[in-house]
Amino acid sequence: MKIPLAFIIGCILSFLFFVMTIVSLFWIPHEVEKLNILERLKGPSYQYFLGTDHFGRDIFSMLMVGGQTSITVALIAVSVGMIFGIPLGLLAAASRQSIWDDLIMRSNDLIFAFPSLVIAILITAVFGPSAINAIIAIGIFNVPVFARVTRGAALSIWTLDFILSARIAGKGSLRISVEHILPNILSLLIVQGSIQFSLGILAEAGLSYVGLGVQPPTPSWGRMLADSQTMISFAPNLALFPGITIILAVLGLNLLGDGARDLLDPRLQDKIR
Amino acid sequence: MRFLINIFCAASVLFGTLNAVHAARNSVVVGMQLEPPNLDPTGGAAAAIDEVVYSNIFEGLTRFQADGSVSSGLAKSWSISGDGLVYTFELNDGVKFHDGSIFDASDVKFSLDRARAENSTNAQKGLFKGIEAVSVINPLVVEIKLSNPNGSFLRNLAWGDAIILDQETAGKAATAPVGTGPFKFSQWVKGDRVDLVRNEDYWGNSVALEKASFKFISDPTAAFAALMAGDVDAFPVYPAPETLAQFDADPNFNVIVGSTEGETILSTNNQAENLKDVRVRKAIAHAINRQEIVDGAMFGFGTPIGTHFAPHHPDYVDLTGQSNYDPDRSMALLAEAGHAGGLTLSLKLPPPSYARRGGEIIASQLRAVGIETKMENLEWSQWLEQVFKGKDYDLTIVSHTEPMDIGIYGNPKYYFQYDSQEFRDLMTQLNLETDANKRSSILKNAQKLISKDYVNGYLFQLAKTGVANAKLVGLWKNSPTQANDLTGVSWKE
Repeated sequence: MKIPLAFIIGCILSFLFFVMTIVSLFWIPHEVEKLNILERLKGPSYQYFLGTDHFGRDIFSMLMVGGQTSITVALIAVSVGMIFGIPLGLLAAASRQSIWDDLIMRSNDLIFAFPSLVIAILITAVFGPSAINAIIAIGIFNVPVFARVTRGAALSIWTLDFILSARIAGKGSLRISVEHILPNILSLLIVQGSIQFSLGILAEAGLSYVGLGVQPPTPSWGRMLADSQTMISFAPNLALFPGITIILAVLGLNLLGDGARDLLDPRLQDKIR
Repeated sequence: MRFLINIFCAASVLFGTLNAVHAARNSVVVGMQLEPPNLDPTGGAAAAIDEVVYSNIFEGLTRFQADGSVSSGLAKSWSISGDGLVYTFELNDGVKFHDGSIFDASDVKFSLDRARAENSTNAQKGLFKGIEAVSVINPLVVEIKLSNPNGSFLRNLAWGDAIILDQETAGKAATAPVGTGPFKFSQWVKGDRVDLVRNEDYWGNSVALEKASFKFISDPTAAFAALMAGDVDAFPVYPAPETLAQFDADPNFNVIVGSTEGETILSTNNQAENLKDVRVRKAIAHAINRQEIVDGAMFGFGTPIGTHFAPHHPDYVDLTGQSNYDPDRSMALLAEAGHAGGLTLSLKLPPPSYARRGGEIIASQLRAVGIETKMENLEWSQWLEQVFKGKDYDLTIVSHTEPMDIGIYGNPKYYFQYDSQEFRDLMTQLNLETDANKRSSILKNAQKLISKDYVNGYLFQLAKTGVANAKLVGLWKNSPTQANDLTGVSWKE
């Protein structure tokens, strides 16, 4: 079986991203919470791998620590989406064409119809900007995504014969959902999760860029971009490197997700072989 | 038919624009970061109001000149009685409001009475507190009686809050200001700009510019782009100091660096639980490295200060030594105050870059001595609500841009809630004193007192860093009051 190149690239990029972040938990080249004004706006050098920002902080260290922020926010937001979305999707599929199905899916549509950024602004306007509110905002938007994917995949499983035999054996809808449906759609959900994870990173960067996400002094890729935009004409490295990092991280996770879907999705497996 | 009219209009507009391009430049677009909430300087505290209307649309009896001195405005001359209680102003003749009505002594009486009335919404009512009576002697002579001699009375009348309005149009000043100035209000496109046109019937020297627009651009990046693209000709208070070096190197632009009346301070809630203790406030003061803040937040523009007073003022006392950067002392003080284990304070920051960047630097400096800060970035409206009105904060950073505003420390209800009878006594003495030397020594004592009490963290005097097209001349270098006086502005060829 041939493994697609895109998947390999995705794996490498994602691996680098995670390694960089995990390393930053134990070691970073320079401290990021301590400002060193004398060393500000230095270009890339041996001492400062990617240069320093307007406060004299090492950009590379900030990117490493910023990765923690991105992963934490995106991971929790996706988990929120899964924890609420998957049961809702299973419930909707189990009670298909009933009032529950309609209620769940139409309220999902309602959330979907709201642009995610507007929800985020709404939440932060009421509760104030913070990492937790960014997580909630991104998480809420993830719920309908998982509910839809779960329902769609679950419906196709519900029509299969082995479900019918489980029924005849006397299993209830709840047991069938948990014991038969969920294991069969799990791979799909994991793939969706990795794609949502990359979107979560992008959303966190976007919220921080407009000042609604993680607050200083915690480094965040989006805020690094926002802080550096007036300096782009004379210190382009300040904006360039966070930008590239965001692109590579999101690209890597997307390729990983796409590749994993191709490998795991039973309907596509024949084509690949 | 309507179609034809439309074409005709479009053609005339097009023709008009082409004409304007060929003619010598006689219009200017001035960039401002904040849009004024209204255009009535007697009904609002926002600096942006004065920055549009002061001495452009509205004038007072006296006015500030570019160097901060006070000169005659609508009043041609004045005499002061021997006891310093009666001011007699002789008004300029032939002054007309923009709507054609005649300016005379009754307008002065109306405006001053309105400003000092019980129910007045004037943001600086203190300026008029000493006025006992305003009486019209004849249409060109006004007499103002004070209850106590007031050495800064002529200065008080020069403030934007003391401009003269016409009784008939005063109510509309917020949206359709009618003044006596060299420019008439033309239109206000909300969220974008305010347009002014030359007042052809101006009583004083005619101005060079035919049209002036104030364009509101809040985002520093957009301000940079607008200047580069030539969409605005000048940005007198330019919000992105990091790009000034670039403008300075460009022959098409002039960078104008001057002083402002803006004392940038780490405002401290003196009634907050942990900050009631002067040792904690002192510890904060010693933890701050001012030069680092000036360099890091303002890219070197700004003068460190040690008290709430402008360094270019003759009565300024340099007290920066009293709160020098000494982290060891700071830690010792914190330990003495019982915070050896650390302390967490809130730090609420309004939008300007001096506050946001300065906040990050101060947070880092405070962390070094064991004070954690919970930073929160606020919009101006939230800041006014939570910090200024609600007093729900520990620390904040803001620039106090009013001239000679040390008097705010005498108000225990002001947002830093400094309650000192000693200071209030000094202010009472100051208001009664007319002798220049004694006034000077009272002012010096007041500066020393607030510095000794470590009321706030005194950071730096905000520099006025402006950028303008190199061909534009006559803009104010310094900012003795909040104003963009365009009367002397012109294009050189």
